[in-house]
Amino acid sequence: MKNKLIQSLLLSLVFFLMYFGYEAYSNAEHTEITGDNGQSIESITADYFKDKNIQWVIPFKEGGGGDTWARFNAPYFTDNIAGNPVILVTNIPGGGSIKGANFFADNVKPDGLMILGTSGTTQMPYLLDDPRVRYDYDNYKPIMAYPTGGVVYTSPTLGIKDASEIKKLLDTPLKYASQGPTSLDIVPMFSFDLLGMDVQAVFGFRGRGAGRLAFERGEVLIDYQTSSAYLKNVVPLVESGEAIPLFSFGALDSNGNLIRDPSFPDLPHFGEVYQELGYDLQGIEWDTWFAFMSAGFGGMKLLLTPKETPDEIVRQLQAGIEKMKLDEKYKKTKVKALGLYEQVTGPAASKIFDLATKVDKEEKEYMKEWLRTKFDLNL
Amino acid sequence: MLELVLQAFQTLFSPEHFPFLMMGVLLGLVIGVFPGLGGIAGLSLLLPFIYGMDEVSALATLVGLVAVIPTSATFTSVLMGIPGSSSSQATVLDGFALAKKGEASRALAAAFTSSLFGGLFGALILTFFVQIARPMILLFGSAELFMLAIFGLSMVGSLSGKSITKGVIACGLGLVVGSIGAAPATGEYRMVFGIDYLYDGIPLVIIALSIFAFPEISELFRKDSAIAEGAKLSKGGWMNGIKDVIKNKWLALRCSGIGTIVGAIPGMGGSVVDWIAYGHVVQSSKDKSKFGKGDIRGVIAPESANNAKEGGALMPTLLFGIPGSGSMAVFLGGMVLIGIEAGPSMVTKNIDLTYTIIWSLAVANVLGAGLSLFLAGPISQLTKIKFSLLAPFMIMVISFAAFQATKDILDLWVLLVFGILGIFMKRFGWSRPAFLIGFVLATQAESYLNMSVQFYSWKMFMRPGVIIISILTLISIYYSRKGAVDENEELIAKGLKKQLKLQPQIIFAAVIACFTILAMWDSLQQSFLGGVFPIIILAAMIPFLIALFYVYLKNKQERPEIFDAEQVAAAGTFKSPWYEPILWIGGLYIVSMIIGFVPSIILFFVFFFTFKAETSWLKTAILTAAGVILLMTFSHFLNLELPKGLI
Repeated sequence: MKNKLIQSLLLSLVFFLMYFGYEAYSNAEHTEITGDNGQSIESITADYFKDKNIQWVIPFKEGGGGDTWARFNAPYFTDNIAGNPVILVTNIPGGGSIKGANFFADNVKPDGLMILGTSGTTQMPYLLDDPRVRYDYDNYKPIMAYPTGGVVYTSPTLGIKDASEIKKLLDTPLKYASQGPTSLDIVPMFSFDLLGMDVQAVFGFRGRGAGRLAFERGEVLIDYQTSSAYLKNVVPLVESGEAIPLFSFGALDSNGNLIRDPSFPDLPHFGEVYQELGYDLQGIEWDTWFAFMSAGFGGMKLLLTPKETPDEIVRQLQAGIEKMKLDEKYKKTKVKALGLYEQVTGPAASKIFDLATKVDKEEKEYMKEWLRTKFDLNL
Repeated sequence: MLELVLQAFQTLFSPEHFPFLMMGVLLGLVIGVFPGLGGIAGLSLLLPFIYGMDEVSALATLVGLVAVIPTSATFTSVLMGIPGSSSSQATVLDGFALAKKGEASRALAAAFTSSLFGGLFGALILTFFVQIARPMILLFGSAELFMLAIFGLSMVGSLSGKSITKGVIACGLGLVVGSIGAAPATGEYRMVFGIDYLYDGIPLVIIALSIFAFPEISELFRKDSAIAEGAKLSKGGWMNGIKDVIKNKWLALRCSGIGTIVGAIPGMGGSVVDWIAYGHVVQSSKDKSKFGKGDIRGVIAPESANNAKEGGALMPTLLFGIPGSGSMAVFLGGMVLIGIEAGPSMVTKNIDLTYTIIWSLAVANVLGAGLSLFLAGPISQLTKIKFSLLAPFMIMVISFAAFQATKDILDLWVLLVFGILGIFMKRFGWSRPAFLIGFVLATQAESYLNMSVQFYSWKMFMRPGVIIISILTLISIYYSRKGAVDENEELIAKGLKKQLKLQPQIIFAAVIACFTILAMWDSLQQSFLGGVFPIIILAAMIPFLIALFYVYLKNKQERPEIFDAEQVAAAGTFKSPWYEPILWIGGLYIVSMIIGFVPSIILFFVFFFTFKAETSWLKTAILTAAGVILLMTFSHFLNLELPKGLI
């Protein structure tokens, strides 16, 4: 018995030495900077990312939109960022992306070796002060931003041809297939409410794809899809007369003003429709709509790093991304994989980041109150 | 159409494309062997290669990977009783029972032949129906999907064992555990008790591993014999396996049909298809006495269904861009990356690509099944190895697989807790399939019920689809009570001759009852829409619980409710007390939390081999090194996480 114990301990010790030796050796290859701002800046050389891995945290499941976005970009990042770092996409799904973003908040160091890709879904619980949220956008800065849009469409059985006839819809009770009251669906549902439409949300759909299927089955007569899904799957329905596009949520120009979505220049944006019904584009309702639309769609995808990350690191990453955008192969496949919008860096990214993550208290409270009265939801 | 099909066939077999398909198949086979990994891990490994490829090669690789995962997942299901993927759970019941009898190679051969058959059948159906499938898929609205969930639940009747009382409670328990987390109708959180981990519900992988694999490992641990206990490995078993499938070709055909249909319906999910097929074979067989104890038909049915499912699942994936199963979600992601848009265009301007995909699926199934068949004989030798040498590897594998579910240390503890539940369910003869079916269908039943009530109100019962599925359900219930499968049949018969002490059973039933009360209390706190589903389930469980306690308290020894495998087993069967495996595994997890997974696996291996298996120091060193290298290689190449310790 005693002999066995000694034997086991010795054997374990040998294995431990080998294992920790291996760990130490492989860590030594990737010398990490301490991450303290200032003092290490000089040490960041032009080949800082050489032989390093960048862990790209994606708080979504494999195969979804957020995941595809990261995985599409990853190899181009490797090719174009100086030093050719290997990009490891790490999926940490859960709690509607809260879990992965919390993981990032708890583990990140300001060394550019762990980055977080968030989406409108991640911004929503943050803006609504969900108690489970431990990440704080105030502590981060953007490396890259990627806006998108969305289009609301209806069934031809409702008998309207376009948004100018939306008045005829106001008294028709409609149903909308939703993922849940605190998901990105908040934007279309709030939009319907502002227009004075009588739309009841049916919850429990897993993903927008399931909602679109419910539309095709005729279970719901109104639906929305984000731009790329709309182009792929709804445009054919529009062409065959099975769907009528109403309006887009619009896009933000470089000054942060709402304009028609460049992907759908023939479609009015929500603001136009709202105005046509006699409302002004001001006041708390409008401001709330604008704030949440910017967070959900304007800043659909944000790539983040802690605020303390040395500027030189961010510059190297952004330079790589700009170089990637000139890559012929990237240009060719990007539209199909991600859609028409441009992934932006620098001041344009900062502008989107601010619009998407900084919402005034007043508007937050208004939205929470709306959720309370509409869905009996206490946040 | 024929021209297009042939053209796709030609492209695929051209020397510039075929190697890629082969690569996908090989990768899929290797990854599929590891339980819990599936297509997702494979995709991350493939991606770097996919970029340089043309569309056809990339698609062939992806399809090759996805198609064969259910094939090779069969290895662990049959050989070790570890469900290799979410759609090979039912294979464990008879497959593992056959392995214990020394007929592993026969079971494996039958499984692979059925997989091949199912895969080809799925591809064939896809070829003919892909162009007209769109309106058919749209026929399945939320009301039909709800009824399909009820149909799935009706399978519990055949799988609940001799005691329908315990079967119903087990199924109800599964439904309640499955409804932990966000309520589909309102998004409010049920039974989370402030634990973040529970917000998304408990992952299916972990439930499947803990309910099936954990009790088997624990039992083998305590018996300390080889998996194929005293039995001799039958020679030439694999020829018999192939013959078995040929003999049961109509069964394989029916189950392939079931698999294709279930796969094609978006929202059904692949994890229930094997149970429906298994329920079907039990209901439609005259002689049911061997099911659960090693009936080859119990292997053929789920295995032909789960490969056919992938063909079916391709339909909604390609036509609507909506993944029909977990691996299809990954496949869809892969398609996006190579710039192919799923959607209506797949049957118009991209129809050639669609046929390439279909043929890749068919060819991949042939290659995958062929290679696996080839390996079935040699790999079956594993079942002759003394279990104490195999145990650390199996424990490492299930822990590693469980941790991949959400990469949270709690994955391991949930595995342990439900593993203990599984141990006692097995010991006291509670149907584990019933629990699992309830768990798998909980969310689906609830959310589609909520949707169909809101969309159709009571008129949902007037829909032709709903009426047809209701009739099927009634037929299924009628047949199910004509004889139920019970893995413990022989032991029950033995038990009747003995007076069993009831105290352990009563304690277990009391724990279940307490959980029921706790769940009821929690559900009553929710809003009406958020709580109504679990309340209905729990209320339905109460009369059965009362009936159970009545039998216990009146000590009606002749009733099938009373059973205790521990007391019935022959003296000396178990060489260590029931809690010993739990202590070893629990200890591994505690140490993992402190020093991390790899170092604690080292300790676990060294101590287990030295003290339990009593191997020489050299053998211990070699086996430990093998385990650690296997673990680290896999996690390195697939970029997978392992639990980190505090230090």
